[in-house]
Amino acid sequence: MILEGQERIPSGCAITGVIDRSGNPMSGEDMIRSIAVMHDRSNGLGGGFAGYGIYPDYKDFYAFHLFYDDTFAKQQTEEFLARHFEIAYASEIQTHKIPEITNEPLIYRYFLSPLRRKLESSHLDEGEYTARCVNRINAGITGAYVFSSGKNMGIFKAVGFPEDVGRFYRLDEYFGYSWTCHGRYPTNTPGWWGGAHPFGLLEYSVVHNGEISSYDANRRHMEMFGYQCTLQTDTEVIAYIFDYLLRRKGLTLTEAAHVIAPSFWTTIANKSEEERAQETLLRKMFPSLLITGPFSIILGYTGGLMALNDRLKLRSMVVAERGDRAYIASEEAAIRVIRPELDKIRAPAGGEPVIFELYDRNGGK
Amino acid sequence: MEPLFIYPEYEVVRDEARCIACRVCERQCANEVHYYDERLGKMLADSTKCVNCHRCVCVCPTHALKIRKSDDTYKVNANWENSTINEVYRQAGTGGVLLSSMGNPKPYPVYWDKLLVNASQVTNPSIDPLREPMETTVYLGKKSAKIERDANGRLRDTLAPQLKLSTPIMFSAMSYGSISYNAHESLARAAQELGIYYNTGEGGLHRDFYQYGKNTIVQVASGRFGVFAEYLENNAAIEIKMGQGAKPGIGGHLPGEKISDEVSVTRMIPKGVDAISPAPHHDIYSIEDLRQLIFSLKEATAYKKPVIVKIAAVHNVAAIASGIARSGADIIALDGFRGGTGAAPTRIRDNVGIPIELALAAIDARLRQEGIRDDVSLVVAGSIRSSADLVKAIALGADACYIGTAALLALGCHLCRTCHSGKCNWGIATQRPELVKRLNPDVGYKRLVNLVHAWTHELQEMMGGMGINSVEALRGNRLMLRGVGLTEKELSILGVRHAGE
Repeated sequence: MILEGQERIPSGCAITGVIDRSGNPMSGEDMIRSIAVMHDRSNGLGGGFAGYGIYPDYKDFYAFHLFYDDTFAKQQTEEFLARHFEIAYASEIQTHKIPEITNEPLIYRYFLSPLRRKLESSHLDEGEYTARCVNRINAGITGAYVFSSGKNMGIFKAVGFPEDVGRFYRLDEYFGYSWTCHGRYPTNTPGWWGGAHPFGLLEYSVVHNGEISSYDANRRHMEMFGYQCTLQTDTEVIAYIFDYLLRRKGLTLTEAAHVIAPSFWTTIANKSEEERAQETLLRKMFPSLLITGPFSIILGYTGGLMALNDRLKLRSMVVAERGDRAYIASEEAAIRVIRPELDKIRAPAGGEPVIFELYDRNGGK
Repeated sequence: MEPLFIYPEYEVVRDEARCIACRVCERQCANEVHYYDERLGKMLADSTKCVNCHRCVCVCPTHALKIRKSDDTYKVNANWENSTINEVYRQAGTGGVLLSSMGNPKPYPVYWDKLLVNASQVTNPSIDPLREPMETTVYLGKKSAKIERDANGRLRDTLAPQLKLSTPIMFSAMSYGSISYNAHESLARAAQELGIYYNTGEGGLHRDFYQYGKNTIVQVASGRFGVFAEYLENNAAIEIKMGQGAKPGIGGHLPGEKISDEVSVTRMIPKGVDAISPAPHHDIYSIEDLRQLIFSLKEATAYKKPVIVKIAAVHNVAAIASGIARSGADIIALDGFRGGTGAAPTRIRDNVGIPIELALAAIDARLRQEGIRDDVSLVVAGSIRSSADLVKAIALGADACYIGTAALLALGCHLCRTCHSGKCNWGIATQRPELVKRLNPDVGYKRLVNLVHAWTHELQEMMGGMGINSVEALRGNRLMLRGVGLTEKELSILGVRHAGE
């Protein structure tokens, strides 16, 4: 059987997300209930969650979540980690054994801080240093896979239906100000846990429903900048594009959205002179990062969520608000099940970024 | 010994029952094949003079004419073919170098025909270009730029100058002199109407065409014909011609009979004297010299215009392209060995250079490996025969394509490959006024516009089928291609998988 990453596997999916803009923590329970409504949009071959604000006690440390195939991979990785990071805390991630989730790898969590001396001699900033270490483990150590690497956030994923994955990871015991969730419907799968979503790098996590037709143009472009697309999934390349545009190029979220899902030239022509100039410039600067084909995504980052549809809106997605809470989901039913009464609900247009952030992004509770 | 008689390769066949002896064929043939025999009262033909340009076949009002490949043959020999033997006879008679025109006609592999394009279904919808926008606009030029913001936080335009194309097709370099005034006018007007560019080639720019400057790329070649201040002003971009796919390693040769008064003025050379452009640029013996010419031209045009460097596809072309990308060029034009020419030594045309598909794939991959693909755009030429070739070229990594031969076909060219004689019956590759006037630019430009529109529609159809609604997302998207009947090595150079994988 060919492993994930050796073959490109198209998939359909369900996504859902929630943020409490005042920063009040929520358990992962609501996300489990929300995604369960969309059971038929998944086929049991992958599910996952991302939670933000879940590690307040270690909020200044990079939280690495790792899958290991065997103890040898673990030993090699831990040696690598010890050479590059100060390890504040390491442990196995506690799970709840249930019959629906089988064949689990070794699952570990590390809270890390780059070794100061190494970091200084690398002449990299902390994020770039850490991102490169993630890449080196994933590309270089057989049987080890970093699937979460941000600060005060964590990704939890597995092969199975997402609601079962949530119970397996005991997400009712984690509390965060925002959550995203994904149920996967791949056309085939080797059943590798790393292939499930969300896909993350540092603080960014992406859940995605769709199959992008621009994949290889995007992938080959991103590989120029050192992003090795080892999984061959759309979600992976989308996460890298966000990391590249937001962290490395310093674009705003809206600007990044205009690169990925730009307005059509005919639409741009009718915009105000200033908008026209900015959007034209972005399309001219980053033509290879334009994404075509159907997608709906939720980008999670420290302090916020962004929802974005492809430019033709070939995938369903609705956004809703109730008080401090904002919701994003593939289907309205997935929102109504956890919050029947809503102040506002609407379907964003294709290519229209919808951003929900903490009222105080720096000082969230 | 008398010169050996060589039986003509093609014979003129006349249907006596249809021929009305109107003598149109006689008047239309600059090669003087047809004549009227008063005594017999009928038309006759001397096939030894026929170049098979099909002019007579097309203009015959009763469709009485056709051209047939001769069945005369020497004793059949798989090693010594008729044409090979005849070439020896010719050279033994004259002591000369064999001359040919247009692209390499030999049966080398055509990789375009061994690549197949993908389509979406089930997991990803195809898009109907009749109902949804299907964008073909591309910008050519350096994409790598620093992100800078003004005081209000808005992005500053730090991009190098760009060429905007409404569709990823341009007309290749074909010089005034090698082709006619009317052919140039047709190309210039078509480029203007289409929102694309035509290329002057190395023969200077006729003053009448300054008005099309916004859609003109001017060429600076080793002969520097017609290069002066106004030439550098009346254009959108400047192309330095380092090589040509049809004849890598050598310069150009325009025979004296094609140097008319107007050509002489435009090229700034004497009338009636052969125009020879040297094999190398004699101020460029290495890459650092090329850099100096690139920046000389940028200085001369105040850094407002992209500079293109055109190279022929030869064995180490990927390394050369990488050097050019680091030398200040904005665009690299790559010309494959099936590309056309107005005149080239036959042996060079048929034996020097490599297929464009392999060169393109190798360059695109190399520039990406080195992280400098964004520093240049890549325009590909050398026998792009249809929109299918165009789609495949873009998926392999091209930003746009140049078309030359296809554009000439649109103007009536029948690929008789005798451009070097200067007697083009279609009014294209000639300077004889009575022949030039046969090409009406009002008709010619419209046919070019039609061709590019047709290809653009087909490009949109194929993009839509793949679920791609913007041509940027097709560029370098090699997963959209599969090879058939290719070896592992060929697939690895092309960077595509075999069909079924």
